[in-house]
Amino acid sequence: MTDQERELLRRHQDVLAREAGSRGRERARWAEKRKEIEQAQDALLRERGRLYLVRSSKTAAKVPLVKNMLWAFGVGGVICSVGQGFVFLFQRFGLALKDASAASTCVLIAIGAFLTGLGVYDDIGKRAGAGSIVPVTGFSNSISSAALEFKREGFLYGVGAKIFTVAGPVILYGVAVSIVVGLVDLLF
Amino acid sequence: MMLLKAFLLGGLICLAAQLCMDLTPFQVTPAHVLVGMVALGAVLSGLGLYQPLLDWGGSGASVPLSGFGHVMAQGAIEGAREDGLMGALRGGLTAGAAGISAALLTGFCASVFFKPKG
Repeated sequence: MTDQERELLRRHQDVLAREAGSRGRERARWAEKRKEIEQAQDALLRERGRLYLVRSSKTAAKVPLVKNMLWAFGVGGVICSVGQGFVFLFQRFGLALKDASAASTCVLIAIGAFLTGLGVYDDIGKRAGAGSIVPVTGFSNSISSAALEFKREGFLYGVGAKIFTVAGPVILYGVAVSIVVGLVDLLF
Repeated sequence: MMLLKAFLLGGLICLAAQLCMDLTPFQVTPAHVLVGMVALGAVLSGLGLYQPLLDWGGSGASVPLSGFGHVMAQGAIEGAREDGLMGALRGGLTAGAAGISAALLTGFCASVFFKPKG
């Protein structure tokens, strides 16, 4: 607390006591004075909040930007290459490109859930950031980690409900945007 | 060659998302990123801009979650052309059903067979 704040607090208490001890117009005058002091206190607090924001945004700017970028690029790229590898594999088994791509996505989803269960995926995610979130394995990770985390709350209200913590918004907005896109395509 | 292209495109998409997380003043959580990617993919797909990416980068465009948005948007467009309004309502989820179901099933299995850490 700064000297200025201490002084304001002292005056505030003083005025409060006088307000409580007076009647009628005298009391209204003290109440007005009290409000003035309170406004000054609020202004100081706001100022301090702004200072805090400035300071925290300065420290936030110290994130290792280049390192994060390289990790995201590398891990994201590797996951996509693995997906491409599965596409080639399924195509060799005679699937059409579209089906091979869908099957490869499902395999990646399964791998993501498995690695999440082992606790490996979260370790990757600490370094890779968006590189582990954006690929479909990250979607799978968000679902299975929520399910795993809330297992102790039971399979109905724990796993059953919380499995949609992140999947719910993704499905909701995916469906919403896709309906709009479909309708726009229909109209124009 | 296709593997390299997938690596480059997928890596670039993830890098762009990472920049959004680091350079914006907001607290961008993974949920924001996932929802943003799906919506972005669906919009780009509706504008016809996502298919070229898929043709060039293969899995580099289909594995990021924007590819999921693309699949849903294409499903909705296809449905709308076949059945009009009902098709538009049905198409998105139908196209995305395999992915959603696989993720739910494997997530559920993970919660059954593994113990949460800590």
